[in-house]
Amino acid sequence: MPAHAAAPYGQITQKKPAVAEVHILWITAGLGCDGDSVSITAATQPSIEDVLLGAIPGLPKVHLHNPVLAYENGDEFMKYWYLAEEGKLDPFVLVVEGSIPNEKIKEEGYWAALGTNPDTGQPIPTTEWIDRLAPKALAVVGAGTCAAYGGIHAMEGNPTGCMGLADYLGWGWKSKAGLPIVNVPGCPVQPDNFMETLLYLLYQVAGRAPMIPLDEQLRPKWLFEQTVHQGCDRAGYYEEGDFASSYNSHKCLVKIGCWGPVVNCNVPKRGWMAGLGGCPNVGGICIGCTMPGFPDKFMPFMDEPPGGKLSSTAIATYGKAIRTLRAVTNHTINKEPKWRHSRSQLTTGYQPQSY
Amino acid sequence: MGTTTTIERNQEAADKGQLVEMNWDPITRIVGSLGIFTKIDFGKRKVAECHSTSSIFRGYSIFMKGKDPRDSHFITSRICGICGDNHATCATYAQNMAFGVRPPPIAEWIVNLGEAAEYMFDHNIFQDNLVGVDFCEQMVKETNPGVFEKAEKTESPHAGVHGYRTIADIMRALNPFTGAFYREALQMSRLTREMFCLMEGRHVHPSTLYPGGVGTVPTVQLFTDYIVRLMKYVEFMKKVVPLHDDLFDFFYEALPGYEEVGRRRILLGCWGSFNDPDVCDYTYEKMTDWGRAMYVTPGVIIDGKQVTTDLVDINLNIRILLGSSYYDDWQNAETFVKHDPLGNPVDQRHPWNQSTIPRPQKRDFAGKYTWVMSPRWYDKRTGDYLALDTGGGPIARFWSTALAGLVDIGYIKATGHSVKIYLPKTMSLPETELEWKIPKWSNAIERDRARTYFQAYAAAAALHFAEKALAELHAGRTKTWNDFKVPEDAIGCGFHEAVRGVLSHHVVIRGKKIANYHPYPPTPWNANPRDIYGTPGPYEDAVQNTPIFEENGPEKFKGIDIMRAVRSFDPCLPCGVHMYLGDGRVLETHHSPMFGMQPSQP
Repeated sequence: MPAHAAAPYGQITQKKPAVAEVHILWITAGLGCDGDSVSITAATQPSIEDVLLGAIPGLPKVHLHNPVLAYENGDEFMKYWYLAEEGKLDPFVLVVEGSIPNEKIKEEGYWAALGTNPDTGQPIPTTEWIDRLAPKALAVVGAGTCAAYGGIHAMEGNPTGCMGLADYLGWGWKSKAGLPIVNVPGCPVQPDNFMETLLYLLYQVAGRAPMIPLDEQLRPKWLFEQTVHQGCDRAGYYEEGDFASSYNSHKCLVKIGCWGPVVNCNVPKRGWMAGLGGCPNVGGICIGCTMPGFPDKFMPFMDEPPGGKLSSTAIATYGKAIRTLRAVTNHTINKEPKWRHSRSQLTTGYQPQSY
Repeated sequence: MGTTTTIERNQEAADKGQLVEMNWDPITRIVGSLGIFTKIDFGKRKVAECHSTSSIFRGYSIFMKGKDPRDSHFITSRICGICGDNHATCATYAQNMAFGVRPPPIAEWIVNLGEAAEYMFDHNIFQDNLVGVDFCEQMVKETNPGVFEKAEKTESPHAGVHGYRTIADIMRALNPFTGAFYREALQMSRLTREMFCLMEGRHVHPSTLYPGGVGTVPTVQLFTDYIVRLMKYVEFMKKVVPLHDDLFDFFYEALPGYEEVGRRRILLGCWGSFNDPDVCDYTYEKMTDWGRAMYVTPGVIIDGKQVTTDLVDINLNIRILLGSSYYDDWQNAETFVKHDPLGNPVDQRHPWNQSTIPRPQKRDFAGKYTWVMSPRWYDKRTGDYLALDTGGGPIARFWSTALAGLVDIGYIKATGHSVKIYLPKTMSLPETELEWKIPKWSNAIERDRARTYFQAYAAAAALHFAEKALAELHAGRTKTWNDFKVPEDAIGCGFHEAVRGVLSHHVVIRGKKIANYHPYPPTPWNANPRDIYGTPGPYEDAVQNTPIFEENGPEKFKGIDIMRAVRSFDPCLPCGVHMYLGDGRVLETHHSPMFGMQPSQP
């Protein structure tokens, strides 16, 4: 009797993944806070251990190399980076966390680095790692708003000229497998949003899913096509024109700083974890932390958004007009500020005394 | 410095030994980027020299200038990805002082409940998913196979409570991802983060904190959801504290002399945590009193003695030194605050007067080698600039709280020499009293042990805060936020304990905008380099002279004892400690004039 005939009947549903093993190289050495790595340890849909221990059918075996969780230290840890550079760790997905500093605006030194160059004894800039690894990667993923668009560290007046991955690699950049950069913004990234995107990419690698659907800002469409407001359980107060005038309220927060009506994010709907927490749904104004225009286009955070007054007044007449107004604002904040670029000048407004 | 004698001493040491350069870059299983560069004497089995370096600069103090001061807690939360909420909370404390606003009591209890959940989560995940790996089966087998054999034969004294029969069983349970306790701890870290999200909205950058209070809606459901989770954690901690006691006591027993690993002089700082809304009005003038009313008592401990519990004293004596960091000096830059609101003079090297002027440059271990500056505490009795450490937070919090003897809330009592923690009955375990006693040493094992006990402390404190919050709710006092106006000019400071130790924020407001903002988190205190006076930072100091117990020679050396020493501080450098094991190159086989000294430093 052939061996496969002895297999359980149901096994015919289990196709072998197109790729047996995948490595995930995770660089936390952008200008960030490691908050996205910490965030994924909170995920349960799926959890990190679900993915690493093979608890989800149809996935390749996954090897994670993330400095926050790694068993290895120092050179033993860096070994995988060098292997990937030499093309010996194939295939791998490169995850970048933190915004990408502009190393071209100064004469020497580094803003961000990972590991030490054995020849010079000097730190290896994070940008150099991206240059070495991006061409070899199956996919490049920006975890969190810093890596995606620059984020808080790319605020006006910053000294490092930092930017998002797409500003650095180019918005039209494609991996050797033909994938665009995949951005999963959020400050930090919502835990399940990231793990679900990663799961999708693993399915795609396994040959079990079509090309990941992304919007113009390179976000997974199914996670970011709706606004905070559309998923917020306080939106009913908006509909009734009943607004909070202080933070001491369970009503709609749009008049005291909430940007929910124009921000692409699913957090009020999904909750922060286990369906709990969030932002305006639990009393925290939406400061637009998933957006390319974050933070500058939303500051000062605690003032009513411009245009908000018109919309919330017009709510009495309702409808189409509001949607049009919101579309205009949404367009503006879906663009990064102009000083985030990879040119060799610092245009953030900061005047360095010495670089 | 007596150069000749130093060389002679070093010559003697080096003659007997073999000095090998060993570097780890990056050090993993911490938050942020850290490199540890050492010279190890394999003859004497001792670390001879250590430099700590961090490879990331972001520039908060620069890009916050000119921004609206109400935004500071949203911005500074992003400093840290594991204790960002500690920054947000500390920033609101500083805002409250600067804006002259006192939040309603229930808001303070909600913040305390959120911050308690943060300690419960963060110490838990760091201890059992990051530090724990240094004590797991795989690691101990690879570094000290003899110790693992002994662990197999050693019964756990508290096996009846935690269920792991031998010490080796505990080690197996700590194996990353495959170990049962590793996975249980990871899951528990999610439950506590849910508790956090109930109070502060989102982890790790909160959404519901504001100057003047919180946006969290206090309902019966909110506190029910919190308390049922809290009690599951309390039950968990009744097992986890004895589990760690068994593991840590075993190391002292299996490796005599292990108390020297990561040991340094007792120089601890704690800036206090959990405000009491009945006392705290956020005025600088009354900061001494409301600081002493905190549920973790602030203090500075020098050689086992508490030299102050006064936040004004603590604040005024903070000094930021340079020496080995990539910045230009600000001695001649603007003085923002000449006197504090009580009329005391404020030093030019105080964070209120600091100007951050980055100067990126090549790394040079004989010169400038890190982005971290060197915070010191000026001891006016002796004129010393003390390199205080936080011991990763808990050991300093306990030490300060124990000696001050001020906290007494039913669930927690500070006795003057220990801290008693009472945990009520849970689903399957009876009521339990734990007692943290002042240890003999400030070393790696005691920093780690205190971390476990502090998880229980935070849970016990949360039981008290939940009762107080419910009392407000039941009395109908549900207002969570008080209005304020941003003044034209003001100064403020906030003092808190980030999970891994002291945290202070210092703000100067002019024309309703931020004129200067300098946050001082724990890691600059711990991970800093040699200062202008040549005093090494605490990691460097604690790793230098650490004995080597690892059984591997230079070829397969993992540096586990150094890792345990560094990780005991709970490094959190969204800046960095990278340790990289070099190629095991022998630096000097016969003598090393550089050994153990810093000739370039005054």
